Amino acid sequence: MKTYFSPSHEYLTIDEEGNGYVGISDYAQKALGNVVYVDMPEVGDEFEKDEDFGAIESVKAASDLIIPVSCEVLEINEALADNPRLVNEDAMANWIIKIKLTDPEEVESLMDLDAYNEYLATNPH
Amino acid sequence: MNNKLYDKLIFELSRQGRCGYSLPKNNYPDAVGSIPATLMRENEIGLPQVDELTVVRHYTNMSTNNFGVDTGFYPLGSCTMKYNPKINEEMAGNSVIASMHPNQPARLSQGALEIYHTLAAALSEIGGMAEFTLNPYAGAHGELTGLMICRAYHDSRGDKKRTKVIIPDSAHGTNPASAAVAGLQVVPVKSLPDGTVDVEALAPLLDDSVAAMMMTNPNTLGIFERQIPQIAEMVHAAGALLYYDGANLNPMLGIARPGDMGFDVMHINLHKTFSTPHGGGGPGSGPVGVRAGLEHLLPNPRVVKNEDGTFDLISSPDSMGRVSSTLGNFAVEMRALSYILSLGSDGLMEAGRLATLNANYIKESLRDVYELPVDTICKHEFVFDGLKDKSTGVTTLNIAKRLLDYGFHAPTIYFPLLFHESLMIEPTETESLDTIDSFIEVMRQIAHEAVNDPEMVKSAPHTTPVRRPDDTEAALHPRLTFDEL
Repeated sequence: MKTYFSPSHEYLTIDEEGNGYVGISDYAQKALGNVVYVDMPEVGDEFEKDEDFGAIESVKAASDLIIPVSCEVLEINEALADNPRLVNEDAMANWIIKIKLTDPEEVESLMDLDAYNEYLATNPH
Repeated sequence: MNNKLYDKLIFELSRQGRCGYSLPKNNYPDAVGSIPATLMRENEIGLPQVDELTVVRHYTNMSTNNFGVDTGFYPLGSCTMKYNPKINEEMAGNSVIASMHPNQPARLSQGALEIYHTLAAALSEIGGMAEFTLNPYAGAHGELTGLMICRAYHDSRGDKKRTKVIIPDSAHGTNPASAAVAGLQVVPVKSLPDGTVDVEALAPLLDDSVAAMMMTNPNTLGIFERQIPQIAEMVHAAGALLYYDGANLNPMLGIARPGDMGFDVMHINLHKTFSTPHGGGGPGSGPVGVRAGLEHLLPNPRVVKNEDGTFDLISSPDSMGRVSSTLGNFAVEMRALSYILSLGSDGLMEAGRLATLNANYIKESLRDVYELPVDTICKHEFVFDGLKDKSTGVTTLNIAKRLLDYGFHAPTIYFPLLFHESLMIEPTETESLDTIDSFIEVMRQIAHEAVNDPEMVKSAPHTTPVRRPDDTEAALHPRLTFDEL
């Protein structure tokens, strides 16, 4: 299992079979505040890297979800439909979609945890 | 305020058989039988059963918990909650105007049409536009109308491929919403760290698929877009139109005109800038102005002045269509005309200047304790990014709630989205130096409390009848009727 991060604060965790799990980072859930709705795509939807794949709505704001890599959606996290607050409870455990990467080399453009922490520390967001 | 009658809903005060009004005897009992069964209610009507005094006390007590510009300072950013002089209410409430029927024919409505025409001409002068329609009922309605005019313009040239609208990422949420309703695709353009449009990021977005670019100037950070002539040139070179969102027109009155900056279409929120009590959903008015050459696309009907001085309604075959069943929210138009005529051009210019001065005065008086993300002279409003010292975890939400304890309405919070702790303050021109100084004092006091007694600020408000509703739960599981309680 290896986790990558995008500049727009999504994470991508790759499992042993090469499938990915996409969610928002702990920093992002904190910045958003209490999440009230997660707008998710449908299984089978295909996205190009950096496209919107949904939206997340909190008591403060609604934000687009940006897909970190090109992919096809294998599964959506149904639990979030009933209980979107799970994102606040544990953003890293409660992924939003499970994906099949269509261009696995794209992960090279993402940050690892150290690089992401460095990014958070040095960039205004 | 801690009145028991206010704490309860009118339904909770209901007692079986109690009654404050009795209906006259039904002289036509048989009439009920002629109503089809499908139209008859099967359940109890469910109205509260209360005596007259209980009703009076309940609503009178509730009304004293209202907060408005007439009760206190209301620095809600981007809303222009200025004081609305009562003379304008009196003009709009004039019995001749209030009792007119909206479908009265033009020959019997000459006075009303003159009011409309005079106001439209004044707005054209203020905006630097060729002609205004007053027909749209609200700001967002004006945006939709304006974008449909942009579409009609491109369609009239046989140019059907323009489907995109460019909108800065600092824009009001109504901009993308209006574009979507108009059937156009939203393309966001980034802001620079100072909150103004990034011209370099804009350039590659402009091509022959762009119908229009929407801008608010000053923008939602209260900052004047200095690159506006260049942006106008770029947008026009791409064949698109430049749209002005008039939400922040207040500081510009008599000083700078959107038409002179190169805008082609604009709307004005009459209720904000031109004196109609608003908030809580209305009433609004969203006049739309166009530059010379686009007048024929304005919505039908248009009010025109004939050579003999009479007024008429005309319909243009090229119009984008009809957007309202009447000539707009007439009472709001009347207030606006009364406001413009009573202030005059010098007074309007003074209003804009004072609004700007007041905002800058508050900004400079608080910048040592609140985080100022964009350090420049602002126009009528500005944004703090929360407290300077965030170490105790006191957020913008907490500050807003604590202000209520001191009798001030909260500023706009968490907008614009460019910063995490946005706190957007717009004092307007109508507040006295004393009010503004006491607001500054309270804001400093809260910053002090945030360090010395953070828990107290985090649990505010302490003195309001309703304290902290669970806004997450309310958004997730709203209970909208008494039965759901």
